[in-house]
Amino acid sequence: MTAHALELRGLVKEYRPGQPVLRGIDLNIEGRGLTAIVGPSGTGKSTLIRCINRLVDPSAGAIWLCAGNQRIDLATQRGRALRECRRRIGMVFQEYNLVERLTVMENLLTGRLGYVGAWNAWRRKFPQADLDHAFELLDAVGLRTFVNQRADALSGGQRQRVGIARALMQRPQVMLADEPTSSLDPKTAVEIMTLLRDQGLKRGIPVIVNSHDVDLARRFADRVVGMSGGKVVFDGAPAGLSDAVLRTIYGGEDWLQ
Amino acid sequence: MSKTISQSPTATPFQAPRAARIVGLSVALYACYALAQLDFSWARFETGLGNGLRFIARMFPPDVSRLDVLWSGLRESLQIAVLATTLGVLCALPVGILAARNLMPAWCSWPARGLITICRSLHPVIVSILFVKAVGFGALAGILALMVASVGFIGKLFAEATEEISLKQLEAVRATGASFPNLLAYGVLPQVLARFVGFATYQLDSNLRNSTMVGIVGAGGIGGALFSAFQRYDYDFVFTILASIVAIIVAGELAANQLKKVFHV
Repeated sequence: MTAHALELRGLVKEYRPGQPVLRGIDLNIEGRGLTAIVGPSGTGKSTLIRCINRLVDPSAGAIWLCAGNQRIDLATQRGRALRECRRRIGMVFQEYNLVERLTVMENLLTGRLGYVGAWNAWRRKFPQADLDHAFELLDAVGLRTFVNQRADALSGGQRQRVGIARALMQRPQVMLADEPTSSLDPKTAVEIMTLLRDQGLKRGIPVIVNSHDVDLARRFADRVVGMSGGKVVFDGAPAGLSDAVLRTIYGGEDWLQ
Repeated sequence: MSKTISQSPTATPFQAPRAARIVGLSVALYACYALAQLDFSWARFETGLGNGLRFIARMFPPDVSRLDVLWSGLRESLQIAVLATTLGVLCALPVGILAARNLMPAWCSWPARGLITICRSLHPVIVSILFVKAVGFGALAGILALMVASVGFIGKLFAEATEEISLKQLEAVRATGASFPNLLAYGVLPQVLARFVGFATYQLDSNLRNSTMVGIVGAGGIGGALFSAFQRYDYDFVFTILASIVAIIVAGELAANQLKKVFHV
């Protein structure tokens, strides 16, 4: 038995035949800690994250989701089995992707939609345990007083906190975050990264964050994966991100001055 | 340098496309041709104006002696409009979702779009005639005819509104492992509900007007009374009916505005 939460094997994605965005990614994600994926735009960071919860279908390769003795290849799941896998993976988005016209509470409860039947979901009838969990998470992200506000009334930082709380509502085994701080100011970005790291540690789940902000990655990540041209070109502790490594990841050097 | 740019043919900043000019010219030419064909002359227009004035003069004073006939007709028209809108909107909701190409595969959206097109292509009066033949004279034919019109109109607008929703919000709901009905309830409907209420109130307005007309072909409502008043040259009663219809339409519009406020549209 391995201690890995996720194992990616030979992951390939081609949006157009013959033009792979991901060229065979092999990656193991440990059971805890924050992993930052850095790399230039268009190198497949988002595609990699989206392949894991199958918002994007990989062209080849395997994605093993491991828990206890259970190992599921996410790449081959379909229909109900896929939905049941998605419930176990929380996701935070760059543009928050909250349902704008729903309240903060309704957005949080969206995280339980994989468990609640259509009739109860429609009537907003969720188990008391879910409601308690939602209030606990609202306290954790500091938005308890906003519970009945509509999502479109919130600021960017507040929205991303709701986004994180919604993902945590799933009680996920793995947290994915696709550029969670790119639309935020530097101070809020740090707050969001702190929240992601702390919640991951507190709940004992691994967090995978895409970022183009190398400094944030250095500061918060336990491990940094550098991608370039659809391949992993660096994998190690943030201390190992030397100028030479950054040149390999991003190319050029003028920007390092 | 600047001179060569201004001389080049591509530098003209605004130029109507040739196709648009040709279309505009054709429409103008056809209008002239149609006018000549229809024997539309100033003399006829003048006689017509005189007739119209006599017609209006005979409307006064309005006849208020047959209020029972007026009231039963109006009540039936209202019932037709409200029932047709309610049932039609309920039917249009699933049809519109099925027709949305961003949610449904082509084998599902094309038949649904076909149904919408059929519902929209015939005028409510023609559909009323068909239903009068099918189910007989009376309000049922009117309700069914206006339901068909509602499914066509709301179904089309609702499908278009659904095709314009933000896929990002949908993606986030999908990522939680939500089933398709839950995706509809939390990802799609919140985004389109406000517009849907707008469409439905507009359709209620439209059905109110149409429900006063389907009676002319025997499908129930005030239209029947209006038609027979015309045939008997009871223009004073015609005026009473027309004024009542206008009042009802205005009242309906006010009610629709209140409805929109309730739903925060």
